[in-house]
Amino acid sequence: MSGLDTTTHLVYLLSAVCFVIGLHLMNSPATARRGNQVSAAGMTLAILTTVVVLADDKSSTAAAIAVLVLGSAVGAIAGAITARRIAMTAMPQLVSVLNAVGGGAAALIALADAIHHDGSLPLAQVPVSTTLATFLDLLIGGVTFSGSVVAAGKLAGRIAGRPIVFRGGHWVNLGLFLVALACGLTYTARHGGVPVLVVLLLAALALGVLGTLPIGGADMPVVISLLNACTGTAVAMAGFVLESTPLIIAGALVGAAGAILTKLMADAMNRSLLSIVAGGFGTGDGGAPVAPTGGGTVREASPDDAALQLAYASRVVIVPGYGLAAAQAQHELVALAQALDEHGVDVSYGIHPVAGRMPGHMNVLLSEANAPYTQLKDLEEINRVFPTTDVVLVVGANDVTNPAARRPGNAVSGMPILDVDLAKSVLVIKRSMASGYAGMDNELYTNPRTAMLFGDAKAVLANLNSALTAYITVGPG
Amino acid sequence: MSPMLFADITVFVLSLLVGFEVISKVPATLHTPLMSGANAIHGVVLVGVMLLAATINTPLGYVLLFIAAAFAAMNVTGGYLVTDRMLEMFKARPRDVRK
Repeated sequence: MSGLDTTTHLVYLLSAVCFVIGLHLMNSPATARRGNQVSAAGMTLAILTTVVVLADDKSSTAAAIAVLVLGSAVGAIAGAITARRIAMTAMPQLVSVLNAVGGGAAALIALADAIHHDGSLPLAQVPVSTTLATFLDLLIGGVTFSGSVVAAGKLAGRIAGRPIVFRGGHWVNLGLFLVALACGLTYTARHGGVPVLVVLLLAALALGVLGTLPIGGADMPVVISLLNACTGTAVAMAGFVLESTPLIIAGALVGAAGAILTKLMADAMNRSLLSIVAGGFGTGDGGAPVAPTGGGTVREASPDDAALQLAYASRVVIVPGYGLAAAQAQHELVALAQALDEHGVDVSYGIHPVAGRMPGHMNVLLSEANAPYTQLKDLEEINRVFPTTDVVLVVGANDVTNPAARRPGNAVSGMPILDVDLAKSVLVIKRSMASGYAGMDNELYTNPRTAMLFGDAKAVLANLNSALTAYITVGPG
Repeated sequence: MSPMLFADITVFVLSLLVGFEVISKVPATLHTPLMSGANAIHGVVLVGVMLLAATINTPLGYVLLFIAAAFAAMNVTGGYLVTDRMLEMFKARPRDVRK
């Protein structure tokens, strides 16, 4: 091993250490930003070292270097502009796009490497470990690329969020998978060469599209997590193709992150990964308003009554759901929480794991609107607080508050819910009595302790804010 | 199985385990930045694209190289910048800016 080789390997090791420490620092909001910077420093080191390796190697053509620099510049500028401009509500789309480009780049590495071998080395002399990694990289990378593009399209509203299913869809997917598998195994056995890989890639791309289309909007947190895990794995496979340790380590770390989040999200909906990937569940975003079908009477409250109730409470818990983000009402909500906080009310937010369109999305939206992270509580923490809570304010959340989940035999059975009904009283802001994603009535709304505030979340919250301000400044009559 | 391949597989498996251990401690509040931060880390695929560049000398190869480089660079810069932007917003106490 030459001196440069040794140095290169040591620096790559240092980068990997930076990635791990960076992820470790993410275990608290106080240190997370530094963690990301440590991780970025590790990345910079890895890239600069590779520049030195390329400069020392001298085997690369001037054209290849020019193409590399130009391509990187275009990508870096596009990435920087997008990262600066993107709205926080659109974060799930952006993460999907980043999954797509990462998986796409990994797949292209395998393809370009195979084409290169094709011109210089008989396929029979390529090690099986390389051909196998090439197969897996193209399959996983291809599915991730097209699947993430479709997911991003659904999240951005360019493709219908509702499940798109057609007869025999599962059989078509199975067929595509078998074609991909056959091509992959053929290549792994070192037959067929590049044409077989092209067929494999096309089958993988089609599989990604057809596999993602039938999955409904509210299942997106699981899908994004799963695609994230796939991207990591694809990058690790690219590492095996090129025999490059940093890619293997980073790919495995990301694969682990995606796998953990996938499991957390699926558990939070009490649905198996298989049933989510099979798709066809739910109605997608804001389905047509349905007339209330359940029994029981619904009580309606005026903004003045509700504001008075909130002002008199000593503890208020706010339960935000995706409807809040859809109505762009997070700033009004946080303003209300701040006013209550200054009035001496103990305010916190109870956030269900699948409250947004990706894991943790709601926390980012509330932080952007200035909510302190010390007030953001997860499911377990907040469920201990509900029995001693005076008023719960539910905004844009539905299925995750349905007490029916504690009983067997319905669409939400067994799903971990926020025990909102244990509080002394509940206020629900909602556009109509339309059912949620699971397509069933919410028993919370007919609970005698619940009062409804009908209307657009943004408008209702604005009314609540002005009623509360009037009450606090003027004082009780 | 060559010793090199065996070392690579060992690294892969141990990294997976380290990943599970470290990431399972991240609180739900930070799951979105965790995911975009992890996204940025798989931008290391850019290193792979650079290593690949040394072997490429055909027009088709250049086209693939260009796309792969653009994808990977977007992954790195976009991932780190947007994660930083998000984490900057997480504050323990409300900031003084009020409407």
